[in-house]
Amino acid sequence: MDRIYFDNAATTKMRDEVFEEIRKYSQSEYGNPSSVYEPARAAKKAVDGAREAIAKVILAAPDEIFFTGSGTESDNWAIRGAVEANKSKGNHIITSVIEHHAVLHTCENLEKNGFEVTYLPVDEHGIVRIEDLKAAVRPSTILITIMYANNEIGTIQPIRKIGQIANEQGIIFHTDAVQAFGHIDIDVNEQYISLMSISAHKIYGPKGCGALYIKKGTKLSNLIFGGAQEKRRRAGTENVAGIAAFGRAAELAHAEMKEERRKTEDLRDYLIKGILDNIPHTRLNGHPVLRLPGNVNISFEFIEGESILLMLDMKGISASSGSACTSGSLDPSHVLLGIGLPHEKAHGSLRITLGRFNTQEEADKLLELLPPIIKRLRDMSPLYEEYLKKQ
Amino acid sequence: MEYSAKVLDHFENPRNMGEIEHASGIGLVGNAKCGDIMKVYLQIEDGIIKDAKFKTFGCGAAVATSSMATELVIGKSVKEALQVTNKAVMEALDGLPPVKVHCSCLAEEAMHAALWDYAEKAGIVIEGLKKPDPDASHDEIAEE
Repeated sequence: MDRIYFDNAATTKMRDEVFEEIRKYSQSEYGNPSSVYEPARAAKKAVDGAREAIAKVILAAPDEIFFTGSGTESDNWAIRGAVEANKSKGNHIITSVIEHHAVLHTCENLEKNGFEVTYLPVDEHGIVRIEDLKAAVRPSTILITIMYANNEIGTIQPIRKIGQIANEQGIIFHTDAVQAFGHIDIDVNEQYISLMSISAHKIYGPKGCGALYIKKGTKLSNLIFGGAQEKRRRAGTENVAGIAAFGRAAELAHAEMKEERRKTEDLRDYLIKGILDNIPHTRLNGHPVLRLPGNVNISFEFIEGESILLMLDMKGISASSGSACTSGSLDPSHVLLGIGLPHEKAHGSLRITLGRFNTQEEADKLLELLPPIIKRLRDMSPLYEEYLKKQ
Repeated sequence: MEYSAKVLDHFENPRNMGEIEHASGIGLVGNAKCGDIMKVYLQIEDGIIKDAKFKTFGCGAAVATSSMATELVIGKSVKEALQVTNKAVMEALDGLPPVKVHCSCLAEEAMHAALWDYAEKAGIVIEGLKKPDPDASHDEIAEE
């Protein structure tokens, strides 16, 4: 069997149809959309087309979609732009402890510059409690930023309820939907979303391409100044090839979403059951139902994550973990700590994220290879030795 | 992760993994908080390390460094074993990625802790061996 790729939350392989857009707008219709001459019009048309395709996925208007260089840039722009434009009304931001670093570090930076931030805790499944949000709102709150679905544990937030509170209080609501867009249904109006970050490389599109949905009427300052691109809101010559590819990827994701979601969820649940049933001392992290279609995150007691990954890698399987060793810091994933896992369990986590290219065969291969790997590592572990002695 | 072939070998085929019953000295260092725990068992007769075994909770580098550390001390005298520093372990493994150097420090600490335990049990003093500090952080910049 060829290499098995189980890390779709990290990035995805580009689809052929999407790659064709890159080639076309890099070598055939390679013009700058701002140029006057006729051949450049195809480039402009491509950008407009992509805008429309992406808007359709979230039931927004095309002129509410703005292209950026990444989901991270979208997060930075949304948060910094919102507080900058609304700082006369207050200086308080509400977010959660399990956000992506692009949100967390932006908030931390703002704290050093006169803003106050409340980091809402989450329950054991990773869900933000609505009562906690309500209690955190102050007269000085100008932004609520809570991710649509979490990249590590897959948990999907009660976005509509959060949006409703924000709307009632007249507070801007931003959601980092990088992991959710194109995989589950999103309706920006029905869910009272003011700003939304998305990224192409999570839906079989290119890296280096993001977008920000900005609801009409939302006051948002620029992050990047320069030329008149994106209605003067985000300068820089458009990455036409990337944008065209992003649009095509969004179009395909939208058309196939229902079927893909069902297929992926089935495979996900099959894997979860297979692992929890056949390997003892395991725990599913994240909400069992309110969960991204492809996300499997399991803690294996008594052992450490990177060594699981290394052994899987040697068997031709690519996956991820929340251990400190994989993050390069001394602490394990802040998300796993946020849902209340003690350090040693957080270190022993394995994340498998499925995509459209994964098969039943691959899932079975993992179920076959994992138990002996876990057993080997447990036999090597002083923690397991200690546990056995206590029995 | 850029691990050398030797590190990967020791990870895939660890030497001396296991326990020693009635060990002459046992050292246990690290903690679950950092994500690295190493346990070293030593069997010492007439001042010579006859056997060494290890158990490790940790990443590839943690397993490889503890495996190599036990391999380097077997057959050596207690005094010679003190020369098995984190530097020696890293060299024997053809080096470690900078972010993993602290694992080799932990392996050295585990070995020293086992030797200290042996010294206390045997009622002797090992020259040059300091009492292990359970609160020491093993992530300081190690000697390269």
